[in-house]
Order: sequence, then C-alpha cells, then structure tokens
Amino acid sequence: MGEVLVLTGKKSHSKRSITRVLIGPLVLPTLIFATLIGMVGLGILLVQTFTVGLPWLDLDFLNNFPSRHPEEAGIRAALFGTLWIAGLTALFSFPLAIGAAIYLEEYAPQNKFTRFIDVNISNLAGVPSIVYGLLGLAVFVQILALGRSVLAGALTLTLLIMPIIIITAREAIAAVPRHYRLAAYALGATQWQVVRRAVLPSAMPGILTGTILAMSRAIGEAAPMLAIAALVYVTFIPTGPLDRFTVLPIQIFNWVSRPQAEFAGLAAAGIIVLLLVLIGMNSIAILIRNKYQRRLAE
Amino acid sequence: MVEPHRLRRKSQERLHERIIRQLLFLSAALSVFTMLAILGTLLFQALSFFQEVSLIEFLTETRWTPLFQPQYFGILPLITGTLLVATIALLVAVPIGLGTAIFLSEYAPESVRRSVKPVLEILAGVPTVVYGYFAITYVTPQLQGIFGNLTVFNALSAGLVMGLMIIPMISSLSEDAMVAVPRLLREGAYALGAKKFEVAIRVVLPAAISGVIASIILAMSRAIGETMIVSIAAGSTPRLTLNPLVSIQTMTAFITQLSLGETPFGSLEYRTIFAVGITLFIMVLAINLVGDWIKRRYWERY
Repeated sequence: MGEVLVLTGKKSHSKRSITRVLIGPLVLPTLIFATLIGMVGLGILLVQTFTVGLPWLDLDFLNNFPSRHPEEAGIRAALFGTLWIAGLTALFSFPLAIGAAIYLEEYAPQNKFTRFIDVNISNLAGVPSIVYGLLGLAVFVQILALGRSVLAGALTLTLLIMPIIIITAREAIAAVPRHYRLAAYALGATQWQVVRRAVLPSAMPGILTGTILAMSRAIGEAAPMLAIAALVYVTFIPTGPLDRFTVLPIQIFNWVSRPQAEFAGLAAAGIIVLLLVLIGMNSIAILIRNKYQRRLAE
Repeated sequence: MVEPHRLRRKSQERLHERIIRQLLFLSAALSVFTMLAILGTLLFQALSFFQEVSLIEFLTETRWTPLFQPQYFGILPLITGTLLVATIALLVAVPIGLGTAIFLSEYAPESVRRSVKPVLEILAGVPTVVYGYFAITYVTPQLQGIFGNLTVFNALSAGLVMGLMIIPMISSLSEDAMVAVPRLLREGAYALGAKKFEVAIRVVLPAAISGVIASIILAMSRAIGETMIVSIAAGSTPRLTLNPLVSIQTMTAFITQLSLGETPFGSLEYRTIFAVGITLFIMVLAINLVGDWIKRRYWERY
C-alpha cells in the first residue's frame, strides 16, 4: 500500500504527472492487444491447418491405410487404433477414478494417510506425460510382457488421466448438497446406499463432464503413445487388446516429420479429423453440463 | 456435527458394505502405487545406467552422444536446450498472459470476459502434436523470412509456439488471483486519486503477486515437460548453446527420439532414456512443489 501513498507525495510530482498523462492512455490498448495475441494465434493455427488439410480430406483418406505414396495414404489404422485405445482407457479409468473420488469424499477418515493420497494425486497430475510413457514402457510393455500392445497403451493412458478425473469427480461429489445425504440416512439407508442412490445420481453429470474432458486429453496425447507403440508402419486394424497399434497423434507426428509438402498436407488433414473428434467430445460435455444446470435452476 | 454413518459401530457394518469400502479404498490407493511405480522404474533403470556411466560424467560432461562412438553422457546440453526453449516460451507467455489477466479482471465487461475465456481455454486443449505441426510448417518459415540464418529446426520457433500454448495457464490462474483482491483495496487507491491503470498495475497486481508467481512457476514446469513441440520443431542436435536460431535437443525430445527406434530393452541406450527421465521428473516435481508451496503459503486471505 506504500506504493499508493507515494502518489500523493510532493516528490517527483511533475514527473509523475507526465507518466500519468503519457502512459495512462496507452495501458488499455496494450492490454487489449495482449489479449488479442492469444486469440489471433489460435485463429492463424486453425486457418492454416484447414487451408492446407482440407484438400486432402476425403473418404479415401479415412478408409486407406498409411502408404509411401501420399495420394493413397489414409488414417484407417490410426482411427481404429484411437477407438480401441479410447474405449479401453474409458473402461478402466472411469470406475477406478470414481471409486477413488467416492472414497476420498465420502469414506476417508481425516488422517495423515488421506492427506498424503490427496497431495500425491495433485503431484501425479503435474508429472509430464512422457514420464508416464516411460512407466508404461517399463511396467506394462516389459515386466507384465504385454508387448507394444493396445492393452499396454490403454493402461498407460489410464494412469495418466486418473488424477484428472479424480479431481473433477471429487468437485462434483462435494457439490452435492448435504441434506440429500441426511435425508437418505434418515430413511435408514446404509452408507453405500446413500452414495449410490443419493450422491452419485446428482454428481453424475459433473463426473461425466470431467471424464469426457479427460478422455479428450487422452486421445490427443502423442508422447506417451510414442514410447509405448513406437513409430511403426501399421497397416492393419487391431483385432484384440494384445495387437500392435497406432493412434491419430502418432500418425500425424509421422507425417509431420517427413520433409515433403504432400505429407504436411496429410498431417493437416489428420489434425482436422483429430480436432473434429475433440470438438465433438467437448460439445457433448457442454451439453451435459447445460442440461444439468437447467435442471438445477428449475 | 458428526456424520450419521460415524455413529454406527464398525462391527455393525454389513459384510458387503465393508467389501465396497475396501474396494473404494484400493482405487484411491492406486494413486500411491502409481507414484511408487514411477519412482521405482525410473530409479531402477537409472541406477543400472549409473553403474556404467559415472554420475560425475553425467552431470559435468558437456557432450551428449549416446548414439554414436565415442559415447559421451553429459546431460548439460539437454538441460540447457530444455531451459532455452522454456525461457523463450515464458518470455512470450508471461507478458501476454499477465496483460490478458489484468484486462479480463480489471477492464473487460462481463460479456467480453465470458466470451474471451473459453476461447483462450481452447489453446490449452489443442493437442501438442498440433502445435508441433504449426511450429514447423508455419512459424519456422515465417521466422526464416526475418532471420536469414535460421535453421529448419531451432529453439526459437518451438519456444514461441510453446509460449502460445501456455498463455491460458498463466492468464486464468493470475486472473483468479486478481479477482480475489478485495474491492476495498481498489477503492482506497481511487480515494487517494489513483487512476484506473494505476489501481490495476500498482495495487491489484502487487496484491495478487503470489498467485501470479505460482501461475508462472506451474507454466514453467509444463514447458519443461512438453514433448511434442520440441520433438518436431527444435531438432535432435544436443548442443551446449544459448543461440535460439540453431537446432538443439531437449530432454523430452531425446526420450522421444530413442522411443521411435525401438531400442532393444536392457541396452545401455535404453537405460539412458530412464536416466534422462529421472532428471526431468526431479526437475518438474521440484518446480511443482515450489509452485504449490508459494500458492498455499503466500495466498493472501482477505
């Protein structure tokens, strides 16, 4: 606060007036300019990607396997790989993360171990994704001998997104009004009945929104998937969880790393597909949230 | 008030209730196992790496050539490469992110605020491989028009694009801290004759400084751990330099480079990525802990 008091002091009064007159009017335009840079950057990125990629985007692109000839190359293997990985990751992470969130919000005693789990989860959320890749490479690919398989990839991503789902699911569970629980207890419900019948139904929209957002993070991850799957020429669709695979971000990375302009076009087309998938998932999350907010408002 | 379920005695808890409680506990404990597994794998592989390469060489040698003869294992070039790119990213993101936060918290009408924030959040949601593509196909050619001697792979382009990516991390956390500054402080300054920009920059910003610093530190840890932008655009030439115009290599990019080639499990090269991985992990964890500490310790409670 001392800083402010100086404004009224006599010291350098004239100099202060000059800065006030000269700099004052420039502040707001500078701030607006700063705000615009981020948005303009995003705009250029999208426009550039769509102009380069759209000419390459057609049904063949979705249906073909990767090829050395750019005009025949497609993302069929990567699309199905992403579907497999996303499906298994959701299957594993959803129940585990919700279980953890329920335990921490509804069951956990307030002791040091609970506090430790809490700190640990926020630390896990800050671990770089490539480190999860190393973990998956050593534990799932090697020690559990799953090989560079769909299953190893999905398990790695499960560990990666669990902290994110747990954190949002806890918020959703904590937001359920206390009288829902008390009313259920008053009817003689056991703790699990309270959780399952009173808490979870009203927390579910928030949990689903958080899960979908975490899944869209998982689908866009390239670094840990590269460590697990490596960069190979996959010209088949996985038929089981132990098959090798590739995913959209790996395929995009593969094309980006080639010098020819045609492959940059393919990469941009792949990015458009990836972004459309992510926009679709985020729209679903927003729809769920809006519907839920309306219901609460009624 | 005591929660109703705590009034019931343990022995009265029915069997399946107890099983459910234990299953839920196990899923929460999984996070602890995950952390132990990360530490365990990194330490185990790194220790076996350090049986062949001395820790002294690892930390002081200035050449990093694990993939060809003669092999040198000095991680310094990878660390300077990482810090170079992260510094460029912060030089971009700190002023822009702070300017955005001040604008949104002090100047923008509610309608503008509500439409600008989600757009900036999109920046944080775009997959990093997309930023890598943007850096190498758009930003690098543009920069080559300005700097004639810029190589195809360089720290500058990767750093600039990474800066774009972390703007929302800084702007949203800093804005939260600024919005939390009580109105009384602002009104006190106005009463002393301060103008709006003086209130914003000389009262609100200093009052929110701990949140601002925490946001910068967390953005830095994100920049250090970022992998795809640097793998695509910064190159794979480990070099002890501060020149942003030439090809370098970061720790994360080295790990990616070795992952691509299906390095045989158990070889020295394979263990090298874990030695780099544990260095990265320790750096990021330390930075995150400092950031959390500042946020908790100095978060002004008004």
